[in-house]
Amino acid sequence: MTATATPKSGTPAAAEGVNVTIDGVEVSVPKGTLIIRAAEQIGIQIPRFCDHPLLKPAGACRQCLVMVATPDREGNVREMPKPQASCTMEVSPGMVVSTQRTSAVADKAQHGVIEFLLINHPLDCPVCDKGGECPLQNQAMSNGNAGSRFTDVKRTYAKPIKISTEILLDRDRCILCQRCTRFQEEIAGDPFIDLQGRGGGAPGGAEHGMLPQQIGRFDEGVLGFSGLGEGVRDVAETDNMVGPDGDAGLLSGISYTVGSAEMDATGRPFSSYFSGNTIQICPVGALTSATYRFRARPFDLVSVESIAEHDACGAAIRIDHRRDVVLRRLAGEDPAVNEEWITDKDRFAFPWQSLPDTVKTPLVRDEETGELVPTSWSEALALAAQGLAQAAADGGVGVLPGGRLTLEDAYAWSKFARVVLGTNDVDFRARAASDEEAEFLGHKVAGSSMDVTYADLESAPHVLLVGLEPEDEAGTIFLRLRKSVLAKKTSVTTLAPFATRGSTKVRAAVVTTAPGTEASTLAAIAAGGGELAELAEALRADGAVILVGERLAQVPGGLTAALELAGATGARLAWVPRRAGDRGAVEVGLLPGLLPGGRPVSDAEARVDVATAWGLDGDRSLPAEVGRDLATILRDAGSGDLAGLLLGGIDVEDLPGAGEAERAVREAGFVVQLEVRTSALTRYADVVLPVAPPSHKAGTFLTWESRPRPFGQVFATSSRSDAQVLDMLAAAMGGALGTHSLESVHRELSELAAWDGARQPAPSVPAEARAAAEGEYTLATWRLMLDAARGQDGEPYLAGTAHRPVVRVSAATAAGLDAADGDRLTVVGPLGSVTLPVLVTPMPDDVVWLPLHSPGSSLYRMLGVGSGGSVRLEPAARATTGEVLR
Amino acid sequence: MSDETKKSPPEEESGQPRTSSELEQPARGGQSIDEVKGVHAPDLLPEPKNAVEKFVAPVAGFGVTMATLFKPVVTEQYPREKAPVEPRFHGRHQLNRHPDGLEKCIGCELCAWACPADAIFVEGANNTPEAQYSPGERYGAVYQINYLRCIFCGLCIEACPTRALTMTNEFELADQTREKLIFTKDDLLAPLREGMLAAPHPMAEGTTDGSYYRGEVTGPARNSVEWVRENRPDEPSLDSAAAAAERSGATK
Ligand code: SF4
Ligand code: SF4
Ligand code: SF4
Ligand code: FES
Repeated sequence: MTATATPKSGTPAAAEGVNVTIDGVEVSVPKGTLIIRAAEQIGIQIPRFCDHPLLKPAGACRQCLVMVATPDREGNVREMPKPQASCTMEVSPGMVVSTQRTSAVADKAQHGVIEFLLINHPLDCPVCDKGGECPLQNQAMSNGNAGSRFTDVKRTYAKPIKISTEILLDRDRCILCQRCTRFQEEIAGDPFIDLQGRGGGAPGGAEHGMLPQQIGRFDEGVLGFSGLGEGVRDVAETDNMVGPDGDAGLLSGISYTVGSAEMDATGRPFSSYFSGNTIQICPVGALTSATYRFRARPFDLVSVESIAEHDACGAAIRIDHRRDVVLRRLAGEDPAVNEEWITDKDRFAFPWQSLPDTVKTPLVRDEETGELVPTSWSEALALAAQGLAQAAADGGVGVLPGGRLTLEDAYAWSKFARVVLGTNDVDFRARAASDEEAEFLGHKVAGSSMDVTYADLESAPHVLLVGLEPEDEAGTIFLRLRKSVLAKKTSVTTLAPFATRGSTKVRAAVVTTAPGTEASTLAAIAAGGGELAELAEALRADGAVILVGERLAQVPGGLTAALELAGATGARLAWVPRRAGDRGAVEVGLLPGLLPGGRPVSDAEARVDVATAWGLDGDRSLPAEVGRDLATILRDAGSGDLAGLLLGGIDVEDLPGAGEAERAVREAGFVVQLEVRTSALTRYADVVLPVAPPSHKAGTFLTWESRPRPFGQVFATSSRSDAQVLDMLAAAMGGALGTHSLESVHRELSELAAWDGARQPAPSVPAEARAAAEGEYTLATWRLMLDAARGQDGEPYLAGTAHRPVVRVSAATAAGLDAADGDRLTVVGPLGSVTLPVLVTPMPDDVVWLPLHSPGSSLYRMLGVGSGGSVRLEPAARATTGEVLR
Repeated sequence: MSDETKKSPPEEESGQPRTSSELEQPARGGQSIDEVKGVHAPDLLPEPKNAVEKFVAPVAGFGVTMATLFKPVVTEQYPREKAPVEPRFHGRHQLNRHPDGLEKCIGCELCAWACPADAIFVEGANNTPEAQYSPGERYGAVYQINYLRCIFCGLCIEACPTRALTMTNEFELADQTREKLIFTKDDLLAPLREGMLAAPHPMAEGTTDGSYYRGEVTGPARNSVEWVRENRPDEPSLDSAAAAAERSGATK
């Protein structure tokens, strides 16, 4: 594992040592080290608020004052006349530092700073969410005076302000350290809050109109910088909180009528996918989340380290729970993966695991009423076993496990399909997929280990993104790329229909590509002519990386071309799926042509290898022919060629096509579902077996890099993982799966790890020419990070920070339809239409972009087409159907 | 330590005088409990010196009894008569109210934090415009004290920043089930006094939480009464609160 710890800012890995003395202790640190870091190395803690190792030094709070002496030209060590901020000053040779431990002056200075900070700090601790884990509380105790000399009236603000539906700001409590604004600007790139009224705050604000210095959003209504004394504009009352004055509601941040400069591109007031991190790094309780507000105290909480389940990035998180209820999640620290940051989805989208629609007991069809009724495990298992055995004999069972499984669970599914059901009709891809992709995964991805890592992204001179929008689909990759781009180590190019906000933030060069033309563009880059020559050159540089998203599977020839480009330039290629379980599913062979460890089904030797590991003797061998993929399984289940379906966590809204998927499951013979929550497909199931959500089980996710990310169980419950349920089901069918415990699965996985035989051959699919009919537009679409997915259910505050769904068209298209920004436009597909506000975007004229699965824009269900499909456009006034609901 | 052990006669055994602190020492070392028990009290009495002493010796032991007959009786006739306890006796807790009936507790959990026996469970929540229970933003939505754990140390009431939690002189805290000894917020909330308006209701108009803490709110405000009249017309405390609001309005 290349777990290279990224050097924290301020400590560049320079070889040169600098000798300094801190409190009488000599230490040698690399040149450029800040005094505060050097002191940490010898275990001296200097109090601080604004300093953060991953942010640039700011020197905003002055809490870290120390006395510094440096040798002058004659070599006499002279003390500087005043204390210095140790978080902004780099060490120099021969420097002598005295911290609060040895210098009375430094100590007094620190006491003074705390006293100043507390002058305007409210006595909010009893009602403040930070109370109990608050650096200001702690350092006021360790480096402050016990009593207060302040007798006047404290400065107060109306509070709290909703910066977004999720993030609340109490300006009274803010100590203006600017960690939040620096994070948003330096790390996330969404400066949606900033320091306002710098230098203001002198008495007589009503006359001079200057606000006191404060953190604020770019919302003149909320901040009132349209003029003091005027009534606050555009402030909607919200329903669920009161301020200290008992007045109804917070000042709401969701106001649509402020000037355009304060909006983000989708027309919503600024919000950020990473804003939750500001809450965590705020050294006081000025930033809090609506979700966790007043829910608990730190000493109530039991903390468990875990791994986020929402994307393939494997971000480390900490889950805090109280009395069997998860109350919040925080970013964990892992320098090799997510450093100290996580996305808001990873932080806030956890209620889905405990919603009332969770399946608690097995369900079976009542023979008389045909309704699903709760029953015992033994009865449900017996019925499922009988039905599956019958179906397997009658024509076979199709296995669709979904992409959210842990590695261990995925392995159990793979083994269950092969050993118990005797079929290769298994496909984890609950999304648009292709044969070419399956071949690509077997050829390139399965069995490969950590070819490209986060550290490689950070050191890559150039990164090419194809069919991937990291900000939406892989937040941790986005942050890494941005970090590296800002450090001028990496440059990025993306193949996309337009420059998204995410690609602007990583300063990506955009090669404008309409959906479907990626393959030919990639081929053109490989050919290296014309304006793409420079890009081809950049990819030839040592360490260059090509990241392909799972969306490239929808472009015939796309993955073939990506492989060829990688071969031609020597750049390394990595596949970035969206779901946490996708990479693990590839590894354990949840594909029709793949066995665990990258062994091809078509390879007899590989089959024997697996059969031996699974203890299959003589007459019982593994099925030899390549199975059906997702589309074929659904088609054949619907037509009766397959007699049964075994379904995992599959959301029907994710399945491509125009409603065929749901029809197929409805028509299918015998359907067994292993689900955490009842879903739209539950009503067609004959037997539903409940499985544990991630917090109720232990397991491992593989990141896109194939880095194993093991996590433990948060709650001790009786719920069973997929692997355990399948093990019981196998036993009920008279077989043995041996996946009841993680140890046994790990043992088998390690046995099946190394395959040195031939991989599946590389796909070779020619690029297709795209031909849009007259009056038709090509649909470009992908899923936004925060959308209508079921994984974000039960979290309204988070949903409020999602980008507003819009339809993007080029200026020419908009002009042709007589539509301007904000007008509503109807996009018509074979199944129905979607009407959304227009956002005119520089992009190809024959392309229209919509979010794939956002509120009011769920394309498979509402239009019946996905990326690359053909749609028509109408001004909304002429649309009669509105949103067609099936 | 048992009485017998204390009466052990070390002097006789060792023939050495001992210091008083050694005399207090329990039996240990080579001396077994049985040995200690074998020594009888009469052995310890000094020999009677003269005839008078000899004569009264058999009843001398009743001297204390006789004297006590003429002292005032200290026996409490509990439970028939409940004796008053000291005013600062640590009894059952109470969650107090502001004069207008809003709850003082802000759900801060400092009491739970201070509790050495982990007897208190609190969950805070947001006050909302539809349901304002305490002045300010936060109130105690769930409040429980487990009297099977509470040791009546009073650290919780010292920790409470709003004087919401105090202790009463009530000490009859016995019951038959464990459940009944977990007192919930309903059990602990102070009863509404005359003129108080039951929460939830809005804060008095024009006040902040600070006004309440400074004691500037002395009774229910008209706006609170109006709000309750509109939203909970059947509220039993409404009439007395409305009268109180009128009175204070008239005197202002
Ligand atoms: S920020 Fe810290 S010191 Fe300030 S009120 Fe909150 S807990 Fe207390
Ligand atoms: S809100 Fe918090 S992080 Fe931001 S400046 Fe204020 S104290 Fe610092
Ligand atoms: S009783 Fe007092 S200390 Fe306990 S939660 Fe309520 S306000 Fe806080
Ligand atoms: S930590 Fe050094 S100035 Fe804030």
